[in-house]
Amino acid sequence: MRSRETMIGLVLLGLLLVAPLVIYPVFLMKVLCFALFACAFNLLIGYVGLLSFGHAMFFGFAAYVAGHTIKVWGWPTEVGILAAALIAAAMGLVVGLIAIRRQGIYFAMVTLALSQMVYFFCIQAKFTGGEDGIQAIPRRPVFGFIDISKDLTLYYFVLAIFLVGFLLIYRTIHSPFGQVLKAIRENEPRAISLGYRVDQYKLLAFVLSAGLAGLAGATKAIVFQLASLTDVQWQMSGEVVLMTLVGGMGTVLGPVVGAGIIVAMQNYLKGLGEWVLVIQGIIFVLTVLVFRRGVVGEIWALLSRSKPGQRPGA
Amino acid sequence: MTAADPIIQTKGLGKSFKGFWAVKNVDLVVQRGTIHALIGPNGAGKTTCFNLITKFLTPSEGTILFKGADITGTKPADVARLGLVRSFQISATFPHLSVRENVRVALQRPLGTSFRFWQSEAALDVLNDRALALLEDVGLTEYAERPAVELPYGRKRALEIATTLALDPEMLLLDEPMAGMGREDIARVSALIRRVAQNRTVLMVEHNLHVVADLSDRITVLARGEILAEGTYAEVSRNPQVVEAYMGTGAGAPEAGAQHA
Repeated sequence: MRSRETMIGLVLLGLLLVAPLVIYPVFLMKVLCFALFACAFNLLIGYVGLLSFGHAMFFGFAAYVAGHTIKVWGWPTEVGILAAALIAAAMGLVVGLIAIRRQGIYFAMVTLALSQMVYFFCIQAKFTGGEDGIQAIPRRPVFGFIDISKDLTLYYFVLAIFLVGFLLIYRTIHSPFGQVLKAIRENEPRAISLGYRVDQYKLLAFVLSAGLAGLAGATKAIVFQLASLTDVQWQMSGEVVLMTLVGGMGTVLGPVVGAGIIVAMQNYLKGLGEWVLVIQGIIFVLTVLVFRRGVVGEIWALLSRSKPGQRPGA
Repeated sequence: MTAADPIIQTKGLGKSFKGFWAVKNVDLVVQRGTIHALIGPNGAGKTTCFNLITKFLTPSEGTILFKGADITGTKPADVARLGLVRSFQISATFPHLSVRENVRVALQRPLGTSFRFWQSEAALDVLNDRALALLEDVGLTEYAERPAVELPYGRKRALEIATTLALDPEMLLLDEPMAGMGREDIARVSALIRRVAQNRTVLMVEHNLHVVADLSDRITVLARGEILAEGTYAEVSRNPQVVEAYMGTGAGAPEAGAQHA
């Protein structure tokens, strides 16, 4: 089973390496940024069972931090991105401490409320540029010598960031810590009765998820050279839920596929205007009603049925 | 049975839910090394009592002592760390982890690596032998790699006990260990409980009075949240108040109630 996973991974990696020769690199970079964002979100909902409805605050605020440090303070690209991810993780610590004591819908509401506070802070604060956002964020050479001004070279930089984030999540899921997370998701009272202080585990997962969501947001700011209110708005929190559900929550590749589908729809169906939202809504309803496990989850289930005794997405 | 050496002691324990006292003024003493059963009609407060002792509920009044130390304000995870580990009425496994992983999760905590998200789970393989030994103990070796959700009901209880034993607790609290079991499973789990109780204390809530009569050294009868009687099975089953609480009429001994479990 492991070897099959490795095979799938290598094939996908190969495809990602040659993809920009065929597909528009900026589109691909957008997919990768959202894929990383969705993977970070999936770490919480899929492996701890926590539905955060405020992840846009980490994604969007990190974009501002990266934009400001790189454009105004003149920090190197990689330092700006790293700082943004760390700030997002720190925000995750604060938000997590407040929200983690609540469960289910209350947890979702607390995260939503806090992300709205961040949103209004971003409208009011000077450094975010209000309605204009931070524009024309420079693409300085990475580590001082890797030129990322061209889309194609930037793509490989973004791919590298995505892979680092993705592999960190993969490792987290398959770590001693990940085992405890799964136990908490499966049966929280039992995990407590085995002596686990579950809040601490949830909090660490939340911080990791927030930091990685920030990494995704900061990277997106470099790609589009823009940090704007769109990325901190609650709609963005909803979009990442949609991506994860459509792709398959609790599966490793689901959020990547989901992000690909949603971003592709937004890009290629632009001509339909507002109708894109209607189509997204229909897909969402269909997923919830018919394909509970999402695209990847359903495929896994089909494969496992032919080989009994295997667990989907484990 | 050893001389008076209480491991658990509650004093004036009470719990009210919006004015309704589910448990009140309970002075329960469990002696070290015994199997102690908590019985009573439905709604007598047995499970509430259980949740209070393991801190899954916060007492409204009274104190709880474990090995002489006050644990009234201790968090449930920390109670477990002290060596007071409970099971649940609904068979509590981690359904989508394998049977071996279920036990390993319990073994994992003392290793101190449970926050290491950067480490491969292969680091946990050192625990596999101990996990398999525990599974062998409860007769689950052949199921080790199956997801727990696929186990038949009685085997799930066995897995739960194996998981609990992985913590090597001084005291086990079993919430209706025989609920919903067939006769064959009951015999197997009874034997298992008797075996693990050899060097531990067991407090259990159980409806099946045959099991209670068979296993327990001492029995406390609860009714309407209060202690009605206490003693050996012979003493308790002769108590007219107990008979009345069980039958409502005083027409029969608790044995007659055994079938309804």
